[in-house]
Amino acid sequence: MNFDFSDDQKMLRDQAHKFLSEKCTTKTVRKVFTSGDGYDKALWKQIAEMGWLGTAIPEEFGGLGLGYLELCVIAEELGRALAPVPFSSTVYLFAEAILAAGTDEQKKKYLPKVASGELIGTFARAEGAGAVTPKSIRTTFKGGKLSGKKIAVVDGASADFAIVLARSSDDAGERGTALAIVDLKGSGVKRAAEESIDPSRKHAVIEFDNASAEALGKAGDGWSIAANVLNRAAIMTAFEQVGGSDSCLAMAKDYAMQRYAFGRLIASYQAIKHKLADMYVNTELARSNAYYGAWALSTNARELPLAAAAARVSATQAFDYASKENIQTHGGIGFTWEADCHFYYKRSRELGLSLGPQRTWKEKLVSELEASNV
Amino acid sequence: MDFEDNAQEAAFRAEAQKWLSAHAKPRRKREDRDLEEMENGASVDMAASKAWQKEKAKAGYARITWPKGMGGMGGTPMQSIIFGQEESKFDVATGGPFAIGLGMCIPTLMAYGNEEAKKRYVWPAVQGDEIWCQLFSEPAGGSDVAGLRTKAEKDGDEWVINGQKIWTTGAQFSDYGILLTRTDPNVPKHKGLTMFYIDMHDPAVEVRPIKQASGGSGFNEVFFTNLRVKDSQRLGEVGQGWQVALTTLMHERLAVGGGQGGGIDSKELMRLARTLELEDGPALKNASVREKIADWYVREAGLKYTTYRTMTALSQGKQPGPEASIAKIVVASKLQDVSAFATELEGETGVLQGPDAPAHGMFQMGWLSAPGLRIAGGTDEILRNIIAERVLGLPQDIRVDKDVPFNKAPAGR
Repeated sequence: MNFDFSDDQKMLRDQAHKFLSEKCTTKTVRKVFTSGDGYDKALWKQIAEMGWLGTAIPEEFGGLGLGYLELCVIAEELGRALAPVPFSSTVYLFAEAILAAGTDEQKKKYLPKVASGELIGTFARAEGAGAVTPKSIRTTFKGGKLSGKKIAVVDGASADFAIVLARSSDDAGERGTALAIVDLKGSGVKRAAEESIDPSRKHAVIEFDNASAEALGKAGDGWSIAANVLNRAAIMTAFEQVGGSDSCLAMAKDYAMQRYAFGRLIASYQAIKHKLADMYVNTELARSNAYYGAWALSTNARELPLAAAAARVSATQAFDYASKENIQTHGGIGFTWEADCHFYYKRSRELGLSLGPQRTWKEKLVSELEASNV
Repeated sequence: MDFEDNAQEAAFRAEAQKWLSAHAKPRRKREDRDLEEMENGASVDMAASKAWQKEKAKAGYARITWPKGMGGMGGTPMQSIIFGQEESKFDVATGGPFAIGLGMCIPTLMAYGNEEAKKRYVWPAVQGDEIWCQLFSEPAGGSDVAGLRTKAEKDGDEWVINGQKIWTTGAQFSDYGILLTRTDPNVPKHKGLTMFYIDMHDPAVEVRPIKQASGGSGFNEVFFTNLRVKDSQRLGEVGQGWQVALTTLMHERLAVGGGQGGGIDSKELMRLARTLELEDGPALKNASVREKIADWYVREAGLKYTTYRTMTALSQGKQPGPEASIAKIVVASKLQDVSAFATELEGETGVLQGPDAPAHGMFQMGWLSAPGLRIAGGTDEILRNIIAERVLGLPQDIRVDKDVPFNKAPAGR
């Protein structure tokens, strides 16, 4: 049994932790909250210099050619620090989609720029409220031209390129969908920042009017490629969520160990102790599920879709609980703009929704269980 | 990252498989007995359990981590886990009530008993000839064990013991027990305790089974009326009983709560849902059912992989992290929730019990047992305190009786 990260991977995690605790404090997050930039440009540049963007990108495409276990330990630290950078959209979504379905030429064209930090990428799916289903996709991609409107695109205001889930034929089902890579600075593309609950990850509405785009993968495969990319992204995101949960528990504990009420440290009341114990339990369950996801990711296991859904649901639940109960532990001060608690509360919801809500992932999970004939 | 044995582990597993194949037959059907045992200890096939225990003790598989010649082979905790995994594939009587004796009482005796006592008691216990129970909890001291009132008074070279214990698992077939008593009520509660081992067959000891709310009888009350024990049966110094008990309790959490709630889990819930129709069609197609299955599945998977993390630490010869302490809290309340929800799906017939009930009444049995599992071996609340205090480092609860002589401390009825 060797269900743990290697010493080298743990060392990488420690380095990432040290780097981020110096370069990305909650002051950094607060700055992005008010600057309107959507991300911290200096931090992004430094992260690129560290080589993290190319962690799982093969060396022939300009990456470090390490692996997904290495990417997972970095993800955990980014989540712990609430790093306000377009890492997940660029690395877990854009680069992973190109790696999964791109031609050699596309890989050569895009991946080195991702690895060097020159290119911010994202993935655009939603067009309206409610579930993203094949039927809900109205944006069309035909004859190399993209038309339609995507909303709530994470990091959409900062991104240079987007992969867009679009309709390529009259087939109303999955087989009628395709993916397109589009230059967001090209003609026929209009975008505007949207107000969102997490200002440290800027969201945008993007309109395409006959914009030139190139196909990613075969027409008809759009939905299945996207589903695979989302599964993989869910595992890496789960590590961010686990890191975020750890932070909330640490904050709540620190505060409870300083704050007095009724002549006692509030940390000595069972109402607080048991709340923090539950945070710990949920976070450890989520961490273990995320580890299993990391194993599935690193070995491309048959169990990956089930592992991804479980990691996703477990980590979303843990971070939701930890972030809201962290505010509760702080009391009124935790609800102020000046306290840092709301950054985690907002990031938790943002991460919990951006790849699709828990409900969607629970449905995937049970479908996987049914298919494995449990 | 992988789930494979290392070379030594693989070799040990092969050895264990070979030995098991030579001594037992493969198990035919899936079966998890932990609930049944808690429900009704008396249903265990004692003769078969003792015979199997003896077989294992001869080969050193009874307590793998103990030294050779004491029923062990000086093995590692990981080897113990591997043997357990392989043993569970065989049709053997593992339900015997040896866990408490070997997991808690004998280690305490080994730590505090004299050489003569070790020589006399360890081997018969390891090979299943003699069964031990742990006599700590009392009507006035459950979570607060140190609040116990059973009195031991010195009389020459002997002690005279009077009082009552409760929730004693396996007392009905025990030969010996370790007994925590109050020897000095004039000092604060933790300082006036002394530990003894006693003969459960002494006529001054009376065992009465407790009928549980669930109908079974896995626990007992034990009464002592002028029980006389020799001073040589004392474990540790007079007044040091609490320190001795901590040794025992440290082992308890490793022994209790390892089960998964009688095999009642999201998988069983899916099996049930496949067979039922609800108002809007098949139960397994119902969104609220599917959501519940997912919620419980992620907790079960989380626990399973948490165990893998613990095993990894053991496999690498490291001390496992504190994450192992979450299991019982998760398992016990999940058992209650899954069982209750299953009876919801069964509808009006969910009220039936036993062979007449849907799924042979497994969910009713789970639901009836769950309150006990949430209490036995540390209540949910005590376990949360333990995580808060020992894992997270939060302050202990304020204890108003801590520095007060026991007989001056506030007490209810």
